[in-house]
Amino acid sequence: MNAFIFAIIIVAAIGIIAGLILAIASIVMHVPVDEKAAEIEEILPSANCGACGFSGCAGYAAALAKGEAEPNLCSPGGAEVMEKIVAITGGSAAAMEKKTAMVMCMGTLDHTSPRVNYEGIQTCAAAAQTSGGNTSCSYGCLGFGDCASVCDHDAIEICNGVARVRPTFCVACTMCVKECPRALIKMIPVKEQAVVRCSNCDKGATANKVCKVSCIGCMKCVKACEFDAIKVTNFNATVDPAKCTNCGKCIEVCPKHCITPFD
Amino acid sequence: MSAGLVIKGLVAIFLTAILNDNYILSKFLGICPFLGVSKKLNTAVGMSAAVIFVMLLATAVTWPIFMYILLPLGLEYLETVVFILIIAFLVQLVEIVMKKYMPPLYNSLGVYLPLITTNCAVLGVAMNVITSTLDDPASFGYLESLVNAFGAGIGFLVAMVLFAGIRGKLETCDIPKTLKGLPITLVAASLLAVSFIAFSGVVNGMLGIS
Repeated sequence: MNAFIFAIIIVAAIGIIAGLILAIASIVMHVPVDEKAAEIEEILPSANCGACGFSGCAGYAAALAKGEAEPNLCSPGGAEVMEKIVAITGGSAAAMEKKTAMVMCMGTLDHTSPRVNYEGIQTCAAAAQTSGGNTSCSYGCLGFGDCASVCDHDAIEICNGVARVRPTFCVACTMCVKECPRALIKMIPVKEQAVVRCSNCDKGATANKVCKVSCIGCMKCVKACEFDAIKVTNFNATVDPAKCTNCGKCIEVCPKHCITPFD
Repeated sequence: MSAGLVIKGLVAIFLTAILNDNYILSKFLGICPFLGVSKKLNTAVGMSAAVIFVMLLATAVTWPIFMYILLPLGLEYLETVVFILIIAFLVQLVEIVMKKYMPPLYNSLGVYLPLITTNCAVLGVAMNVITSTLDDPASFGYLESLVNAFGAGIGFLVAMVLFAGIRGKLETCDIPKTLKGLPITLVAASLLAVSFIAFSGVVNGMLGIS
């Protein structure tokens, strides 16, 4: 009987000591919960997509509450969410730049042809790992739709072997950007502008062979542009959306027709 | 015992805990996080880091409590209850301290820390070192227990990382419909466990301990 009571006392004593230490610790090391942050987190779409550059919606909310982040970074939420955020945090509403994803490849089956007849697992991730992919262009869209399958908003469709983003449906969550094994998808602002829709970084001769609409890095667009908006790096042209005025001169001079207006 | 022999013994205990007596693959403890959090490499590493930390801390606290409180009072049978109590308490305390002083680490460990409260591998290590000490108090003391706990944690990390790699490969495999999901994962886990049998005797052979 004695041993029995003794055991109870020992366990109870350890439990009480542990409980007391925990209670004291939680009071001494109390971290005040930021009410603002909690409020903002409720507004955010909780998609945890990471488009804002913070670790999930909670991270963005915490940064907003501390005033360390701009209110216009949540692209899935759009202008509506930004207005609500500004209502809580105060300060001025920054301009909400609507962005969309765009697949920088136009290598449809009319423009290029498959290098091999691939019959393996029908995903881009698998095809890209199988001896350099099935497309003749080693930078081109594989067309199995890994991007379309991660898109929660049905904004991506596969047309004639190439993924296409429909800007009206795109909420700019950047899920597809992370998914594409060839890193073909870029985020660009929605506005009237010229877009180089090719990602081929091979030298002109090689790029020319594999696709009818590949950028060969000929610099014609750079010379035609009056606003210094186009740069060619690694034999591939890119348009700076901030400088582009949609004058259309680059589109006219491009010998390979890989520059298109934004649609 | 010379210092060299002591260090050799500690290295042997450390490597044995990783390879021969791997807590997941040889003792089948901690299978829940092994199957649950091994889908991605970074979560697997995060979980393992938390486990290593808690295993070390739990052993560091439970060993003295058993040796200096429970054993002299003849209450060895309370081992399991008291150890669970202490491990749960430690995890809570660590969580509070980390939330206050190391918010980045707290955020990165996230849900894994409370999950470890009831991780049987942690309890298994704490109880296993007690058994080892009772078997042979002369050569297996507090220091050896801590080294064993650390090795067990590293072994957990090794198993998790290996398995995360295997599951990554499994994603792109053409698996029969009936085996998709958990069944094929369990088959893969068993094969990995079988492959770890090959390590038996490796450590003793390597260090020349008979």
